Amino acid sequence: MGTTFPVQMTVNGESYASEVPPRLLLVHYLRDDLGLTGTHVGCDTSNCGACTCLLDGESVKSCTVLAVQADGADVTTIEGMAAPDGTLHPLQEGFWAQHGLQCGYCTPGMIMAAADLLARHGDGPITEADVRAGLDGNLCRCTGYQNIVKAVQAAAEAGRGVAA
Amino acid sequence: MSIIEEAPLKHVGRSLRRKEDPRLITGSATYVDDLSLHGMLHAAIVRSPEAHARIVSIDTEAARAHPGVRAVYTGEDLADLLAPLPMAWAPPGVDMTAPERWPLARGKVSHVGDGVAMVVAEDKYAAADAVQLVQVEYEALPVVVDVEEALTDATLVHESLGTNKTHEWSMGGGDVERALADADVVIERRIVNHRTAGAAIETRGVIAEYRAGQLTVWSSTQVPHLVRLFFAVQMGISEDKVRVIAPEVGGGFGSKLQVCAEETLCAWASKHLGHPVKWIETRSENMAVSHHGRDQVDHVRMGATKDGRITAFHAKIIQDCGAYFGLLTPMIPELGAFVMTGCYAIENVRTDIVGVLTNKFFTDAIRGAGRPEMTHMLEVTIDQLAAELEMDPIELRRKNFISADQFPYETPYGITYDSGNYAGTLDRALEMLDMDAFRAEQAELASQGILRGVGFSTYTEICGLAPSRAVGPKGFGLGIGLYESALVRVHPTGSVTVFTGASPHGQGHETGFAQIVADRLGCDPQVVEVIHGDTATGPMGLGTYGSRSLSIGGVAAAHAAEKLAEKCKAIVAFNLEAAVEDIDVGSGKFSLAGDPDKGMTLAEIAGCAYIDATAMPEGMELGLEQTLIYDPSNFVFPFGAHVCVVDVDAVTGKVDVVRWIAVDDCGPAINPMLIDGQIHGGVAHGIGQALYEQVVYDERGQLVTGTFMDYALPTAEEIPGIETDRTETPSPSNSLGVKGIGEAGTIAATPAIVNAVIDALRHEGVTYLDMPLTPMRVWQALQEARGRGDGPRSTEQGVALSPEAQGSAGSGPTTPEGGAA
Repeated sequence: MGTTFPVQMTVNGESYASEVPPRLLLVHYLRDDLGLTGTHVGCDTSNCGACTCLLDGESVKSCTVLAVQADGADVTTIEGMAAPDGTLHPLQEGFWAQHGLQCGYCTPGMIMAAADLLARHGDGPITEADVRAGLDGNLCRCTGYQNIVKAVQAAAEAGRGVAA
Repeated sequence: MSIIEEAPLKHVGRSLRRKEDPRLITGSATYVDDLSLHGMLHAAIVRSPEAHARIVSIDTEAARAHPGVRAVYTGEDLADLLAPLPMAWAPPGVDMTAPERWPLARGKVSHVGDGVAMVVAEDKYAAADAVQLVQVEYEALPVVVDVEEALTDATLVHESLGTNKTHEWSMGGGDVERALADADVVIERRIVNHRTAGAAIETRGVIAEYRAGQLTVWSSTQVPHLVRLFFAVQMGISEDKVRVIAPEVGGGFGSKLQVCAEETLCAWASKHLGHPVKWIETRSENMAVSHHGRDQVDHVRMGATKDGRITAFHAKIIQDCGAYFGLLTPMIPELGAFVMTGCYAIENVRTDIVGVLTNKFFTDAIRGAGRPEMTHMLEVTIDQLAAELEMDPIELRRKNFISADQFPYETPYGITYDSGNYAGTLDRALEMLDMDAFRAEQAELASQGILRGVGFSTYTEICGLAPSRAVGPKGFGLGIGLYESALVRVHPTGSVTVFTGASPHGQGHETGFAQIVADRLGCDPQVVEVIHGDTATGPMGLGTYGSRSLSIGGVAAAHAAEKLAEKCKAIVAFNLEAAVEDIDVGSGKFSLAGDPDKGMTLAEIAGCAYIDATAMPEGMELGLEQTLIYDPSNFVFPFGAHVCVVDVDAVTGKVDVVRWIAVDDCGPAINPMLIDGQIHGGVAHGIGQALYEQVVYDERGQLVTGTFMDYALPTAEEIPGIETDRTETPSPSNSLGVKGIGEAGTIAATPAIVNAVIDALRHEGVTYLDMPLTPMRVWQALQEARGRGDGPRSTEQGVALSPEAQGSAGSGPTTPEGGAA
């Protein structure tokens, strides 16, 4: 296996310490080592955004982050978005209510990117154009984006769109 | 003991939130790559960098020696396979020259990405490393990429076949040549429908586990039962020992309507290594070796009278099959041909199709599969004819529509359109557009230098693939008849499980089918669980594609539930000492007509059927479940009118879609929200093809668009909001009156855009354009039309411009010259 490096990070509020090879991608660490398979991989080139999660509160494409780079970081994945009692995050609620997903594969990444977008936007309504521009790093083949945009706007309207 | 609350009828017709979504929005869903089995090994494929070459040698030694590698296999190792990969279309009376396709190349490669060897290792990083260590020596062979050049047979894709031509197929009615000769006006166009990718965001993936004589395969597929059937044939394992599971599937769009080399490779390797084997496709592989769509050159002629009655339509279609056949490759244009006359009463028509091999990956069904190509050809040609006749394209359409009172309508192709009201959807779309306001706006913008145009597409399509006699071996020639199954099981506590042979991947069957069944059993959809995609749990099924799930699978579920409802009524009648005819399915229960308080819930009925036999009528079979195979009497033919408004930037050639109106008719809505979602996604797929997406190979057969960096999948910024509305014309083909809607948006979309852009540029002298309408192509057409010579340097394969200006439509031998016709 070659050299490994110690990493420690907080993921969805839980603390983890591991020994990882230096080339291990953060997305593979989350999925394969921690079993958090809600974060998906859809391309090789950081175009699709299916792997988006939050690193210290900012969205990253976790296929382009090495696990060792996340050492000491606070990571949030889709599994960490709902409240511990199961209450859905407003973005999750918005995607469900507005039919913002079909196959669901891009959805976790979309929700995490939208969480970052709304956090930067602050509370209150967000325009359709701002949502479209804000999500242009995430690809969806099913929905034509229309209901994704509505879902994010609905979450913003709910006024609690800031990431968990 | 009931776990069911009383629920109001009826659920059909309501935009119920999807039952699928809670797991999908919380990261709890299980796609293939989310599964891990004990002892599982990881496969990676060594793929050819050559488009056409003889394999001189393969040296696997270094790869085998790499830490963690358990095996390396080549095509020769797989000699015990009993059959090559399948192609499932053998139309009676048609000679087919079919190349053999094996999971790994045998002796030569025929396209970039052809599998040459397979590495199996303990982890995916080791497998990927070892792929780089397999040394393959190739002897390059001549390459043919352009489909019309391939038709000359100057360079052969498969020398052993002696020709690149795979088959010829003709169909039509009337006398097209005579009608063309007699026509007042004849227009001819060469229309190129370029190659595109399915590009589901989840790539393909497989896990196979061969254990104690039982093969279990998890595959990201649209057709688990067909995959099982083929495993039985290819590996000689009887079907009862094969289980195929399509877990959560992250989009398909036809690209997973396939029996894949990698499914075989994982199963074969698992059998030989005694471990489960997993393969997950990379996106680069997906672009190269998940089948492509479209790719045909159409030579069309349309004849009409001076006053705009279309008298003849002929198309010669040259289909680029690629280097091999996939499951349905040669069939794709033929499926489209059935609706080549679209919404119009055209008596003299003929479609002549020739299939051709090239050194590219194979094409096959991608969303719409033949029907987008035909609709594009027809609807663009209609606008071309309208311009020639100096007639309003809307009036030309109206003049030739099959009228609402002519249904059922038999077409010259021998099929019968079930129902339609084409003027109805067009009227509604025009009402939403407000044409007078649009033309005023267009003139106002023109004065500011903004070129705005509007384009129309009125379509009908054939879907709901079945009936078995029509499409099966002795009909259209598919290797298996198409029908669909349902098993509806009421459990002892009154909850319900529906097993369907349809295999969804985003469409929302779990919700829509639950609504249908709930209404028939007087229960809440929340207690109706729909199970799909597992050959071990439900009856034989044919899968999801061709907009068939609802009108075949949904109707199967409805009929099975209706049969169960009859049994429920008999049980209730027995217990209430009433007549069966007096029992109605009511709100939350089966109750006595005229006395709705008197009745039994489904849970109470199930209690009789499973627990207390004395509460069952004498002689009635215990239990409460029904299996049913539904085979309809006809296809279904959804239709609609789409309107696209574009702005063209004359300086850059960039096209912006500023408005989209979609009025579709798929019969009575089961869940309107799901219909809108299908239209949104379908239109976006069409916008992608029309403006941005193109799979490009260079003249050496190298794939230029190998990643999402090069293949321009539209983002949220490129796709406009879509205004939808519906009319509801029931189909007489099935008892729900429903038609498919999954492909309609894609089928309708591309000609509306092209017609809109031409409308915007017509006064500049641009009269025809092929897709994709990249800034480069549009700008170049404008320059040519304006008669200036100061455009960018041209080459035969297009123009070398910056990637930003080109989108994905870079140079490519199949790219025709844009510009004025």
